[in-house]
Amino acid sequence: MKTLFDKIWDAHVVATVQDGPTQLYIDRHLCHEVTSPQAFAGLRARGLKVFRPERTTLTADHNIPTMEQDKPIRDQVSRFQVDTLAKNAEEFGLTYYGLNNPKNGIVHVIGPENGYTQPGMTIVCGDSHTSTHGAFGAIAFGIGTSEVEMVLASQCILQTRPKTMRINFEGKLNEHVGAKDMALYMISQLTTGGATGYFVEYAGEAVRNLTMEQRMTLCNLSIEMGARGGLVAPDETTFNYIKGREFAPKGESWNKALAYWQTLKTDEGAAFDKEVTFDVSQIKPMITYGTNPGMGMPIDGTIPQLEDIDVAGKISFEKSLKYMGFVPGEKLEGKPIDYVFLGSCTNGRIEDFRLFTEYVKGKKKAENVTAWLVPGSWKVRKQIEEEGLDKILEEAGFALRQPGCSACLAMNDDKVPAGKYAVSTSNRNFEGRQGPGARTILAGPLVAAAAAVNGKITNP
Amino acid sequence: MEKFQTITSTYVPLPIENVDTDQIIPARFLKATTREGFGDNLFADWRYDKEGNPKADFVLNNPAYGGQILVTGKNFGSGSSREHAAWAIGGYGFKVVVSSFFADIFRNNALNNGILPVVVSDVFLSELFASLDKNPKATVTVNLEAQTIVNNETDKSESFEINSYKKACLLEGLDDIDFLLSNKDKIEAFEQQRAYAY
Ligand code: SF4
Repeated sequence: MKTLFDKIWDAHVVATVQDGPTQLYIDRHLCHEVTSPQAFAGLRARGLKVFRPERTTLTADHNIPTMEQDKPIRDQVSRFQVDTLAKNAEEFGLTYYGLNNPKNGIVHVIGPENGYTQPGMTIVCGDSHTSTHGAFGAIAFGIGTSEVEMVLASQCILQTRPKTMRINFEGKLNEHVGAKDMALYMISQLTTGGATGYFVEYAGEAVRNLTMEQRMTLCNLSIEMGARGGLVAPDETTFNYIKGREFAPKGESWNKALAYWQTLKTDEGAAFDKEVTFDVSQIKPMITYGTNPGMGMPIDGTIPQLEDIDVAGKISFEKSLKYMGFVPGEKLEGKPIDYVFLGSCTNGRIEDFRLFTEYVKGKKKAENVTAWLVPGSWKVRKQIEEEGLDKILEEAGFALRQPGCSACLAMNDDKVPAGKYAVSTSNRNFEGRQGPGARTILAGPLVAAAAAVNGKITNP
Repeated sequence: MEKFQTITSTYVPLPIENVDTDQIIPARFLKATTREGFGDNLFADWRYDKEGNPKADFVLNNPAYGGQILVTGKNFGSGSSREHAAWAIGGYGFKVVVSSFFADIFRNNALNNGILPVVVSDVFLSELFASLDKNPKATVTVNLEAQTIVNNETDKSESFEINSYKKACLLEGLDDIDFLLSNKDKIEAFEQQRAYAY
């Protein structure tokens, strides 16, 4: 009896180092401009080629502007980094979706939407939110630059086998509650280190009922509780999503793939190292109040009191609230905010834009709010336009930007100024993540929409 | 990679939990295309004010403390997978990071750069902080061969875990790529015989 994770892992073991890690074969490798240049430099220094170039795909996303992408990037250092990626693609013979390419977008958005991400695969990328691809029933995880170099050189990586955890979400979701709320709730319960050393399988009725995009949101945030990754067993929802996409298997290969993918589930009675169950009827729309994603609470909740925090954590808790300008025991509902960011690989897909648009339709953006609406890819942006959402957004006072990671990590110009509050659909509220001194409140697209229209934290 | 040798050194205390890699090296410094120079921006937003002047209240700016070992609170290195965090720590001159708990990716990245993450018990960790309160020149000794760490102020020691492959790599200064490349025939054999190939 095996878990889904075991099945995929075992199918990729090339060798096991005695008393050491496993040598794992990697099916898909995604690369972007920020964590790859030193890896390519390493190959060059060793005089190596890319071992299996067809298995690596490059995109520019982290460091790019979200306006005027047809013009050269103004920031010279950023431009050099993106140019370096393009040169590396050419020199090493790799597929590259650069700026203005219709397939360009955030690395974890373009993999799934082009059918590049498939069940049963091993997928890595030099970005911790690679866990997103786990939504398809793949072992997908983030790696460092030395590991990027390993994959380029050998299509393999050395990994210690993680422990397994199953998280069951049982019951039916409340109205206005989505995958982001499930994830923020889960991390607030398990803490940011609660799944370190584990690979998580998400299961239960509420997970089965999620769309693929929502499953991606849930898996995306696995890393925020320390997990190596998170996955969901593939089912009809998964197969229907993949079918017909550009890189999906076709014809006879599709039938063969499907037959294999249908075997990818945890056997009845297979054991996990840890198992947790949540009742989703307890989950309300969530927000964060602190400087790590585990500091979350229901939107109508109150920040914990200092005496509720354990001794070792008190310094960090106080430091965090001081940074945010909040006090213990405070309620955040009704607090004025300054920025709203809709986007990132967590919530930058079409369903997120639909949800946001539906809420703001016929309303007006609050005057005190600067809103950045950044689609996860050009395909998402195109679909927004095809569905006419851009018009509705425009009437409500919102403008659509061009795709990229944008304010998720603020490497480009989309920085929240020091001291300002941003309600953000991204994944990290760390100090300075959205710009030096920026104060981030994480939430789902619906809470973001309500904040954008009301100018303050509002229960949708 | 340099070979890892036994270190006895004073150490720098950072008794904060959940230090994430965005704090270790903020994203705006990730635009470089080489591995060098990140040490100057280690903990940049805690270390410097807006004008770039050192903040007196941050430990790296406190001349009382120094050394090749960083001792820090639980769950160090969480968040982004950026290896730049390890480059910044190594670039600054740290060879060892001690904590009661490390985030996975950071731990791998550190090891791949010859930096040893040492996991100690919560008690041992708080004693390390306490020893420094008494004597800022307190030292610890980290012996990788024996897998031990000693608080020389109290003479207490603990052993720590590391898998024997990684240990050998560090002691011999070898990296994973050397190993993987020596294994090419196995990789090709795997590609030939796998049951379902993508
Ligand atoms: S959107 Fe944010 S989390 Fe996602 S890939 Fe970009 S930087 Fe990483």
